Amino acid sequence: MCKDCGCSITDHHHDHNDHHHHDHEHGHHHHTHETLHHNPQLNDPKTISVITKILAKNDHEAEHNREHFESHGVLAINMMSSPGSGKTALLEAIADAAPFKFGVIEGDLETSRDADRIRAKGIPAHQIQTGSACHLDAFMVHHALHELPIADLEVCFIENVGNLVCPASYDVGAHLNIVLVSVPEGEDKVEKYPVMFRTADLVLITKCDLLPYIDFDMAHAKAEARKLKPSVDILEVSIKDPKSIQNVIQWITFKKSMRN
Amino acid sequence: MHEYSIVQALIDQCEELAVTNKASSITKVVVKIGKYSGVEPHLLQIAFETFKDQTVCKHAEFVMSIQPLVIICSDCQQESVLDQPHYICPACESHSIRVTDGEDMMLMSLEMEA
Repeated sequence: MCKDCGCSITDHHHDHNDHHHHDHEHGHHHHTHETLHHNPQLNDPKTISVITKILAKNDHEAEHNREHFESHGVLAINMMSSPGSGKTALLEAIADAAPFKFGVIEGDLETSRDADRIRAKGIPAHQIQTGSACHLDAFMVHHALHELPIADLEVCFIENVGNLVCPASYDVGAHLNIVLVSVPEGEDKVEKYPVMFRTADLVLITKCDLLPYIDFDMAHAKAEARKLKPSVDILEVSIKDPKSIQNVIQWITFKKSMRN
Repeated sequence: MHEYSIVQALIDQCEELAVTNKASSITKVVVKIGKYSGVEPHLLQIAFETFKDQTVCKHAEFVMSIQPLVIICSDCQQESVLDQPHYICPACESHSIRVTDGEDMMLMSLEMEA
């Protein structure tokens, strides 16, 4: 038994050629026992240190997507929330007032209803149907990119699958994340889904026209969001209040101007 | 339930590393899961056990270490482990902090057989 690594006594074919990994060094083995060596029952376990992100391939593709957006001067924004927080409604409202040209990549398990709603506003949209997948990944967004007239756009929204958990783990290649939480969902959603709200550059508290009817502790929601991300911007929004939509548009316009 | 997608990516990586290292099977997969990586370790374990059949990881043991959140304060240089996801330096209350661990999912090492 080799006292350094616990491998069996004989000198097996340790692969020393792969310099990307920190293989055990077995240069001290000079003995050879051909009969044992060729006995498949005595395979030699080998430990390699890898240390890579499990989602490294997705992250690589996401970086590629970002470069693709940048080469066209497009600001990409990933919108995430639970289902029914008002992502599509917000995009419809933005379509009526935005000074920038934008397109939308829609992610849902089934139907192209959201893309249809966006297209009805004269905005180019492509629907990704994820089947059973609960999030968009960078590969899906890459495919969708080729379906949008990206050269004509200034901003591209990626409306993620409605879900406050899974999309948080996947970089899709956007520059900014907007996370929405609607008043009827309750202010505790921020604390309950910390990984999601940690990713936010902008938190939108939507359906604020319902505040008179629902106990929603606005100050608490904002304080919790800032515990997770001290630098986060937060806006209160209602599609019934055009001024609040203007605030969102201004935020996006400002962020876009910082990237020109 | 994105744990299945994550395990798929993990097993793909294992398959590639097995080929690179001329291994016939992988006997142990060691991962480090950040407490705030957005993954439920128990579900990840189940997903791994479900998906490993028919792959190079068929006989692999799945070893997870759960990594707490670690930050370094840019103002007082103090390194701290945070129990709660309150991204503030416990020593000097600065918001100017850098997360050094606890938000990623990493493949750390593999044990393989020739």
